[in-house]
Amino acid sequence: MEYVISVLLSGISVGGQYALIAIGYTLVYGILRLINFAHGDVFMVAGLLGIYLTATMPVYVSIPLVILITVFLGFIIERAAYRPLRSAPRMSVMISAIGVSYLLQNTATYVTGGQPMTYPVIPFLSSTVNVAGTQTKWVVILTPILVLVLVYALNMLINKTKVGMAMRAVSKDFETSRLMGIRINAIISVTFVIGSALAAVGSVLFFTNYPAITPMAGAMPGLKAFVAAVFGGIGSIPGAVIGAFIIGICETIIKGLPSAWDVSVFSDAFTFALLIVILIFKPQGLFGEAATDKV
Amino acid sequence: MEQKKNISRIFIGFAILFLIVILLENLSSFIPGLPQVFQPTSPLFTVLKKAAVYSLVAVSMNLLNGFTGLFSLGQAGFMLLGAYTYAILMVPSDQKEQVYYLFGGCAFNFSLLDMFGGIFGKTGVGGAISMIISCLIALILAGAVAGFFAYLIGIPVLRLKSDYLAIATLGFAEILRAIFQWQKLGKITNGANMIKGFPTFSSFNITNASGATILRLSTFVPFLVSSVCILIIVLLINSSYGRAFKSIRDDEIAAEAMGISLFKHKMLSFVISSFFAGVGGALFAMYVANAQAKAFTSVMTYEILLIVVIGGVGSVSGSVIATFLYVACSEWWLRFLDSEQYIGGFKVPLLRNGFRMVVFSVVIMVIVLFFSQGIMGGNEINIGAFLKKISSKSERKR
Repeated sequence: MEYVISVLLSGISVGGQYALIAIGYTLVYGILRLINFAHGDVFMVAGLLGIYLTATMPVYVSIPLVILITVFLGFIIERAAYRPLRSAPRMSVMISAIGVSYLLQNTATYVTGGQPMTYPVIPFLSSTVNVAGTQTKWVVILTPILVLVLVYALNMLINKTKVGMAMRAVSKDFETSRLMGIRINAIISVTFVIGSALAAVGSVLFFTNYPAITPMAGAMPGLKAFVAAVFGGIGSIPGAVIGAFIIGICETIIKGLPSAWDVSVFSDAFTFALLIVILIFKPQGLFGEAATDKV
Repeated sequence: MEQKKNISRIFIGFAILFLIVILLENLSSFIPGLPQVFQPTSPLFTVLKKAAVYSLVAVSMNLLNGFTGLFSLGQAGFMLLGAYTYAILMVPSDQKEQVYYLFGGCAFNFSLLDMFGGIFGKTGVGGAISMIISCLIALILAGAVAGFFAYLIGIPVLRLKSDYLAIATLGFAEILRAIFQWQKLGKITNGANMIKGFPTFSSFNITNASGATILRLSTFVPFLVSSVCILIIVLLINSSYGRAFKSIRDDEIAAEAMGISLFKHKMLSFVISSFFAGVGGALFAMYVANAQAKAFTSVMTYEILLIVVIGGVGSVSGSVIATFLYVACSEWWLRFLDSEQYIGGFKVPLLRNGFRMVVFSVVIMVIVLFFSQGIMGGNEINIGAFLKKISSKSERKR
């Protein structure tokens, strides 16, 4: 029983961390129709920034700074790598995203020397707490709560403010919203800023729970978060969050199965199997709107 | 008549290329005291071998991405299938015990090499024949397994559009990688460990009775296999099927309206591309002398995709040129960036392990952003026409 609770708890927390990344994917895809392959690596860079900054300054300064720099990074990436290709075919933008991801990974390898880096102990998050007889870290409890608060805030932003209205308009129809006087580039920048900020928060939570960061550490969580976004229906924020929680829980259950079966290799593969099943049977995802192609 | 001449010119071109390659790798044994570049251990030959292997994979990816317009990212998965098929079929029986020692031997006690060795003999000319035939069959089977899996995967996946197709094929590659690393299949795949002990490129070097190398063919072999495969792909692209592929790329709806069966042609392109990716994977296993699932990650697919983009999406010769440039830069020419360099007494800043890849990815980004046509755009270098030009020029001189 205690084992089940601990598996579930860590599943929910992993799911929450994926959710924070998945929102970035779903927002960008909703507006640009682009799988932002570099998003997972932005997440990894945020983790590395966390290590370097916490080494030199107190936590309450370094973490906001991490978020700030990550936001700036996301903004720059969009500006430099995606904006020049706005009118190019979708495939070129995706290739550009892969190129950015390659660049970030290689730069991270260069800076860290390829060594796995240990994430610093963040005072409150890493301390343990006793839940229903199982020892766990505070971050595990805090993640889902934080995710729900952030998603609520984001939902308010999208549904109640002018910027949010513009974002919805742009994701519905690029050209028409431009004709209505919406500054498309500004809105896209805002999207990247929000996505990167959430990825930075996610990285603090994610890497507190993990022993080390390697330059490749962002690729897999990134892809999984994208699958979560597809699973929930791309473009839908609640969908992405629910999808991320489901994937996180399933993954930890698979990892927690008896080691005699030796199925933990499949924890990553399972996510992709789920993706393929979803794409075949319900391509619009759980909460997505079915799109019709115009000839 | 003109076409026939063109074809014969192409064959002459390839024959010249092969001769140059063989000459180059044997130069050091004819003329002693050559600079290090021409020694068999020089990076030149590493580059040539690796680039020959990669160019086949790049062209196979280009067939799918550039000529049929299917954005697939599953190439590493199909390479993995090819590499493992080749490795499992070719490890000699007496080595299996040693390779699979963690799992107490191999469940699959068969080796093509032994089978043909039993027919033609294991040494001398018979040994050479059995080696060549078994290698050839193993390469074809490697492609066939990859093609068969592509067929199975294609049935559900090819209905998807652009980026969904990309992510689904990427997912399949990851699933395949997980399956091959599964310890329960260890008796066949050797789990997460590598399979080795099978014939590699250097097994094709001709040695005399005392074991000294007489004629090196280890660079020629990948060149030959890749050239033949690329030639087949080019013939396919120039056939009516190739035209159908291009029409699907340019406009699916119009192509369908003209009576081209979308699914059939997409499947054909997907299976053929995967077949050659499988052959390329087998060649890759020969190049690195082992087969290990860990090597075939999505990073490898990205690398090949970037090569295709640098060469020009939709250009076979572009892909080949880009592969040689890419591999030469990453394995050889830019190596100096990874270690500290001094110009006179001045220590060049920033140079340290990993800097090469940073410079490299910046260059790639510049190409992707500002030269999106790549080296060749959609154009081709026509070897036949090129040779014709040269020959007519020399005639005019006379």
